[in-house]
Amino acid sequence: MSLAGYEVAVEQVGPHGLETEEMTLNMGPQHPSTHGVLRFVVKADGEVMRQAIPDVGYLHRSIEKIAEKVGYHGFMPYTDRVDYVAAMFCNQGWASVAEKLGDITVPKRGEYCRVIAAELNRIASHLLSVGTMVLDIGAITPFFHAFREREKLNDLLEELCGSRLTYNYMRIGGVAWDLPPGYAEKVLAFLDRFEPMLAEYDDLISANKIYVERCAGVAIIGREDAFAYNLVGPNLRAAGVRYDVRRDEPYSVYPELEFDVPVGPGEHGVVGDSYARYAVRIREMTQSARILRQCFRQMPDGPVIAKVPRKFRPPAGDAQVRVESARGDMGWYAVSDGTEFPYRCKVRTGSFAAMAIIDKVSAGLMLADLVTVIASLDIVAPEVDR
Amino acid sequence: MTPPPLQDFLDGLIADGVFGALPPAIVYALGIVTVAAVVIFGFVLNVAGVTTFIERRVWARIQSRIGPNRVGPQGILQWLADGIKLLMKEELIPAAADPRLFKLAPYVVVMGFVAAFVAIPFSSVLIAADLDVGVLYITSVTSLVVVGILMAGWASNNKWSLIGGIRAAAQIVSYEIPAALSIFPIVLISGTLSTQGIIQAQGWAPWNWFIFYSPFTFVAFWVLFTALLAEGNRTPFDLPEAESELVAGFVTEYSGARYLFFFLVEWGNLYIIGALMVILFLGGWQVPPVTDNAVLLNLLQLVTFVAKAYLGVLIIMWIRATLPRIRVDQLMSTCWKYLVPISFVNFLGTAVWVALWPHGNRPVWSLMTLLGFALAGYFFYRVGFHLRRSRSELLLSPFS
Repeated sequence: MSLAGYEVAVEQVGPHGLETEEMTLNMGPQHPSTHGVLRFVVKADGEVMRQAIPDVGYLHRSIEKIAEKVGYHGFMPYTDRVDYVAAMFCNQGWASVAEKLGDITVPKRGEYCRVIAAELNRIASHLLSVGTMVLDIGAITPFFHAFREREKLNDLLEELCGSRLTYNYMRIGGVAWDLPPGYAEKVLAFLDRFEPMLAEYDDLISANKIYVERCAGVAIIGREDAFAYNLVGPNLRAAGVRYDVRRDEPYSVYPELEFDVPVGPGEHGVVGDSYARYAVRIREMTQSARILRQCFRQMPDGPVIAKVPRKFRPPAGDAQVRVESARGDMGWYAVSDGTEFPYRCKVRTGSFAAMAIIDKVSAGLMLADLVTVIASLDIVAPEVDR
Repeated sequence: MTPPPLQDFLDGLIADGVFGALPPAIVYALGIVTVAAVVIFGFVLNVAGVTTFIERRVWARIQSRIGPNRVGPQGILQWLADGIKLLMKEELIPAAADPRLFKLAPYVVVMGFVAAFVAIPFSSVLIAADLDVGVLYITSVTSLVVVGILMAGWASNNKWSLIGGIRAAAQIVSYEIPAALSIFPIVLISGTLSTQGIIQAQGWAPWNWFIFYSPFTFVAFWVLFTALLAEGNRTPFDLPEAESELVAGFVTEYSGARYLFFFLVEWGNLYIIGALMVILFLGGWQVPPVTDNAVLLNLLQLVTFVAKAYLGVLIIMWIRATLPRIRVDQLMSTCWKYLVPISFVNFLGTAVWVALWPHGNRPVWSLMTLLGFALAGYFFYRVGFHLRRSRSELLLSPFS
């Protein structure tokens, strides 16, 4: 098990002259609870960790390089795989950055379709995140309830774009096709069922003393740390920073929509701990439902996609776009050299920064808490490695 | 004391010279032991297997899904299929593991578990051995599993297994203390350690059960339940096999038949927990004297005992489906800072109670029974409310 230079042999002499050593454990790429292939080299003194060094790269697929080979249009399915749990946001990011390069305006209805798809995906992603978090902590039932709701969302999204997980729904200039007939009724019916379910979910686990004890006060990440380590999204908002790209650097039709930005409530614990991150995600789902209802009320008619040439040759230059993905501010940066293949595409994801902060917060935590931390930071391996 | 049919059978074999020069007393003893072993293993293995199936179906319904329903009618034979599959697997021993300890560990664990059934009665006459120290025997023998678990954790030569094994050892050994301390009040009240004696000191009606004897025994019931959950490595105390942290804890490196043994013990332990609670607090096999026919009465007692014990098992499964698991340090502090002092208070309180009222304080006993019924009634009311509110839904068509 090589560590590329940061392996340190620590020997400590205990109080009675006995030599003790820290245990070096490998929470390897294959593990039931690391969310994807993540590897941590954990130096532990019994149950207490001294250091958890993340080792990334097990899911690296050179997606950014592939963009240079397949062109702007062809890259859209690949963007799904950058974060397959919240694929709509990746689609939106790439489409937005290409539109910015090519100076294309998306029709209003297309933007509304994008927001609907994105918010549905946000709910689905948060359900997965919250479900796996409680599963890792040991409660096996709320996971199934979350996935039961997620199944309905998958069905809705399948009806929209044909796929349950990697949607490839958005195109440069808009979306691939309009909402199917009767879609609004189905989604609103789902939301009517979903919001009480969320309350029931809350009843089951959120106030459960064991759960609160496991999460409250664990891995407190304050504002300064969050800024220093570039945390975004619910991780940042749980630390008390009310920053949301949809509100502070608005894009698409978010300026016309009304929603709150929940921050870490500090109930049951401290602002910035794992419980706050969990609570922020639960509240964000309610806000997404609110946005969805407004979208269906406000949607205009019209085309859903602008006219974009088949061989899309944006003028040379670069553009950067940020979308508020389920995991936070996802930055898409593309450089064009005038041909139909981008010169460079770069994705900046929230999970990568979250991996870095695990090393910092894990000193002094117990082994069981490492799992809580990883789950509460909502790290997904495809986002980390791309 | 050999039953006559067995004695006649063995006499016949002795006359045929099957046992050579062995004295008859030893032959009878061997005979009894063999029959008891066959019965116990037959019962235990089947109960453990069926419990796995029932647990999966119960969990599934709680989690709004169906559970295994393919193998056999309603999936009843699922556990047989799983057992056969595990037996047919390749025997894998990690290259760096200690082969002797690795192979020995499952046997030690199974031994510790099955031996407890010797003193657990099924009816007034159906008990392998009515030991005078029955309850003490059960608690001491169930602690043998710690040795097996430590062996498994250590011999696997895997740091995660070791952590799991050590957690299990710490947990089981710690929770022995509130468990034993919560059994002592019952021993004080009934004056005997024998399981049959304790059951006979109770009556068939709930107002004659020890759980309602005094507020101290009521609390002792809950403390014992918690402590036995921790002993059996059940959620919320299932850290040693915390799947999300340690892959599978101390059984990570085990596969096939050895894995089967460990899990047999875990699920069979549920039955022991249920049986112990029933013996000590819930009246055991006592039934109202509805018939004079001894066989029928014993059958009724058997059914009552197993049904009550299984109710406890179902509640344990329910708890596992609902609660998350607590962390090691929280587990230790729960035991040592909360359960142990409470158990001591119970013990002293019961000692005083028994000194004041050697045959029980009838008014308090009846009052506690009423309170118990009120609590149970409220519990069922809430359960019914939630059952009515939740409708089961099967997603048969995605676009309906």
